[in-house]
Amino acid sequence: MVLRKIAIAALGAVLAVFAGLSFYHSRHLAEPVVPGPGVARVARLGDYFPGIRGGINDANIYILEGKEPGGSVLILGGTHPEEPAGRLAAWILAENAVPVKGRLFVILSANRSATTATRLGGAYPPDYTIPTAWGGQTFRMGDRWSNPLDQWPDPEVYLHYPTRQQLAYMDIRNLNRAFPGRPHGTLTEQTCWAICELIRREKIDVEIDLHEAELQYPVISTIVAHEKGQDLAAMASMMISSNEGFALGTEASPKALRGLSHREIGDHTDAVSLLLEAPEPFLDATRGRTGRELLLTGKDEFIVRAGKRGLLFEKIDEKGWPIDVRVGRHCSAILQILETWSEDKPNKAVMISGVPKYAEVIKNGTGAYLKDPKTAPAGKVIFE
Amino acid sequence: MIVVTILYYLVTAYIAVVIAANFLKRKKWQEEVLYLIVLIPFILRLLRLK
Repeated sequence: MVLRKIAIAALGAVLAVFAGLSFYHSRHLAEPVVPGPGVARVARLGDYFPGIRGGINDANIYILEGKEPGGSVLILGGTHPEEPAGRLAAWILAENAVPVKGRLFVILSANRSATTATRLGGAYPPDYTIPTAWGGQTFRMGDRWSNPLDQWPDPEVYLHYPTRQQLAYMDIRNLNRAFPGRPHGTLTEQTCWAICELIRREKIDVEIDLHEAELQYPVISTIVAHEKGQDLAAMASMMISSNEGFALGTEASPKALRGLSHREIGDHTDAVSLLLEAPEPFLDATRGRTGRELLLTGKDEFIVRAGKRGLLFEKIDEKGWPIDVRVGRHCSAILQILETWSEDKPNKAVMISGVPKYAEVIKNGTGAYLKDPKTAPAGKVIFE
Repeated sequence: MIVVTILYYLVTAYIAVVIAANFLKRKKWQEEVLYLIVLIPFILRLLRLK
């Protein structure tokens, strides 16, 4: 019997080692960034709030400075890393954008902790690869919430600070339910506080948070705008819908739902806060196999069936929602928002070039705008 | 790391020890396998892998 116990324990140890290695590699997968010609310097979120300095959420901030003075815009990618079009659009900005006027701040991993885990019981792939001419770049899949290894346990009830609104318990680890944050709160709250400190200290004029949504969620294919930014969002929406080949609506940021970036950043800083949503069938509850193919092609027969029964808030057919379409929508929306803002506020203009629009991303693929770290000059590669 | 997190790790370690003790006490191999499978996530959390 002792021998049998030893054999079973050994089997368990082998399972634990294989599982542990898989989780470790997934958590520590290196994601290279080759900062583009417009990046003047790379700061850290911890520079604005020492409480997170050196920790998992001490995110890189790519600061692009134009030759002419102007306004300042912050782009947040990776608030929810399981919504990859947001991170990839931010990646394209950091590696390609050339600022002409004003300053552009780009964060690729706003909640870096959430990039290091996948959804418990969700059968998510650990990573995904965007094909490129030089072989492909692999990204961590990530989740909606901070990794429990970095913030644990969750409370029975999550009371949002400072409103004390009762939210779902796991949303205490959701960056987009923890704004404006606080310096002595949880890791997620501290990260929100650091982002708000960055906005306040750098006098950010416009903040754009990049997201994706399931097709069964009513807030989709839209710009969610704080009341300070509703004119800007409406004009950008009209221009995009008439010129770009896709429709993008606008939604008012609800005052009764707390913790979201479009509400709290607008309320607690001087910045105009906007949030962009693109369609991501991977997130739908009625999806089929939850693999890399669904994540990148957005094709799923079960969601198409749900659409035929009128259960969706966005169209879907056999072509799905490919990642290039979703990334392209974010790129064009950002460019249009900057253009509209700059026309309306010439003394606070932020103008950039080098960023592809919707049609270009679809034609060339997202990978065409990702730089090969192997051919980058020494010391020029940064890891997320 | 806040105090409540440290307490949760201590609770996790205690439960892992109890599961391991039960594994040693079992006489049927099916129950031994069951305890082992239950034990793995606790070990991975204590090692901060998952």
